[in-house]
Amino acid sequence: MKIVYQNIHLANSHTLAVYEANGGYKALLKAFDLGSDEVIEEVKRSGIRGRGGAGFPAGLKWSFIPKNDPRPKYLTCNADEGEPGTCKDRDIIRYDPHRLIEGMIICGFAVGIQQGYIYIRGEFYREAERLQDAIDEAYAKGILGENVCGRGVRFDLAIHRGGGAYVCGEETGLIESIEGKKGQPRLKPPFPANIGLYGCPTVINNVETLASIPTIIERGGAWYGGLGVAKSSGTKIFSVSGHVNKPGNYEVELGIPLKSLLEDHAGGVRGGWSNLKGVIPGGSSSPILPAEVCATITMDYDSLGKAGTMLGSGAVIVLDKSVCIVRAVARLSRFYRHESCGQCTPCREGTGWLAQIMTRMEAGQGTLEDIDLLQDICANIGGKTICALGDAAAGPVMGAIRAFKEEFIYHVEHGRCMAG
Amino acid sequence: MNERSTRSTGVTPRFSEESLAQIEVIFQRYPADRRQSAVMPILHLAQREFGGWLSRESLDYVAELVGMPPIRVYEVATFYTMYNLQPVGRYHIQACTNISCWLCGSDQVMDSLKRKLKLEAGQTSEDKRFTLAEVECLGACVNAPMMQINDDYYENLTADKVVEIIDRLP
Repeated sequence: MKIVYQNIHLANSHTLAVYEANGGYKALLKAFDLGSDEVIEEVKRSGIRGRGGAGFPAGLKWSFIPKNDPRPKYLTCNADEGEPGTCKDRDIIRYDPHRLIEGMIICGFAVGIQQGYIYIRGEFYREAERLQDAIDEAYAKGILGENVCGRGVRFDLAIHRGGGAYVCGEETGLIESIEGKKGQPRLKPPFPANIGLYGCPTVINNVETLASIPTIIERGGAWYGGLGVAKSSGTKIFSVSGHVNKPGNYEVELGIPLKSLLEDHAGGVRGGWSNLKGVIPGGSSSPILPAEVCATITMDYDSLGKAGTMLGSGAVIVLDKSVCIVRAVARLSRFYRHESCGQCTPCREGTGWLAQIMTRMEAGQGTLEDIDLLQDICANIGGKTICALGDAAAGPVMGAIRAFKEEFIYHVEHGRCMAG
Repeated sequence: MNERSTRSTGVTPRFSEESLAQIEVIFQRYPADRRQSAVMPILHLAQREFGGWLSRESLDYVAELVGMPPIRVYEVATFYTMYNLQPVGRYHIQACTNISCWLCGSDQVMDSLKRKLKLEAGQTSEDKRFTLAEVECLGACVNAPMMQINDDYYENLTADKVVEIIDRLP
């Protein structure tokens, strides 16, 4: 079942002509006919949850925007795509940018927003060019602008390119960045729905979430809600990377067994299922699952949450038995140290400590006390910072110690890795 | 967190007429009283026009154009890693070594780049043709390992492929 990626295999799928020839912008007209309240209801009925990582129900988020508020309102699309392992939104932007634009206009109409921004990571230069071309096409055809499709609704859309900062994927860091500041996240509450961009009510949705909206409106929220499993409705794009035979972005219904995702879609684990060591199921921040759990777990918000990890952005990183877990975690710890914005002490100092200890552990110079110290540091970061970056840094460390503690001990006792 | 400091050249740059016109278009993307929002796109433009990096004078010039205190522009320029605060080579080669790329052989790719360019990560060649950098995830993980050279991604790399790519650069 393909919704977001339904057109990306078509030649010139990024053009307005191909998008329209395949039913594009019809959902927008239907949304106008339904009326704004009913559009929000459809999105609520669909049950779609934010596809960027946090998993918050999108319809609910839209309904939090105050009505009859004199301030302007904003829609910001999060196309920062910075979570290591994640590269699904890039293909939406490259191959079906109009689906995103249509989703944004529908959201704008439903919530009463006249200005949207797409915050795209700065390195996606070619993707931003592609997106700008699509926006220009939409303006030229009167799909964007002061009178969208002649329906008397205004919606303007602009791109804001980031500058290479992972933390700007956090919604309030992203807002700060659009305001022309360092991307340091804000304390919440107040939430962006009330005080967001320029102090005004703001909706922030991920690319994949917004690109799902046209189909939800076209086919109905109930239809979409029938896909997937309870509390995890619809389809999700999984970026499967690492040790599989066919890495790629795969859109499947939520609730798919992880084993099926890897074997039936991603070509299987390199060297066969028995060669699997573990899977990081939802981007680098999500705690790793050992192979025995991978054999039975399903890919939905609840079951991954119960397993002590998360669906996150849907970046499935596959590690075979050749991988040194300590080294993998050390690499991630250095990433989080680099990306900590420095604003909260537990994260700024904690990510530095984690990186330092993991690096010496990797070099075979760690001690058994270091393993306890790592867990202590993680406990002192978790929940004590303004944004989730600190928790994200703790996730891989805690997950690896939980699932592969014997490897940490081996590193200490032998000064090297058991994986060779 | 990474520490980055600005560098002075003693030369104040000026945008071309064409870029100044483009800057007016950039300002129009944001509310009229929110000119500061334009600082990032203008810094991107400045870096492109002023030789691939931003000197202290370039930052001051952008501050003046946007109407921001220079310190606020320094804050932004030092926060975001894509703003180069030191000169870079004509080809800025940024190789990802984060988890997905590492699992798929970025160590070999990085070694190959270092050997080919005779540079360590963070160095620029004497002829100013190449800068080699090790970077964090660039979001092309299913085609790992990858690198970016200036605006373009190069994906599904191998140690041999990167040598061919470097040799083919004009």
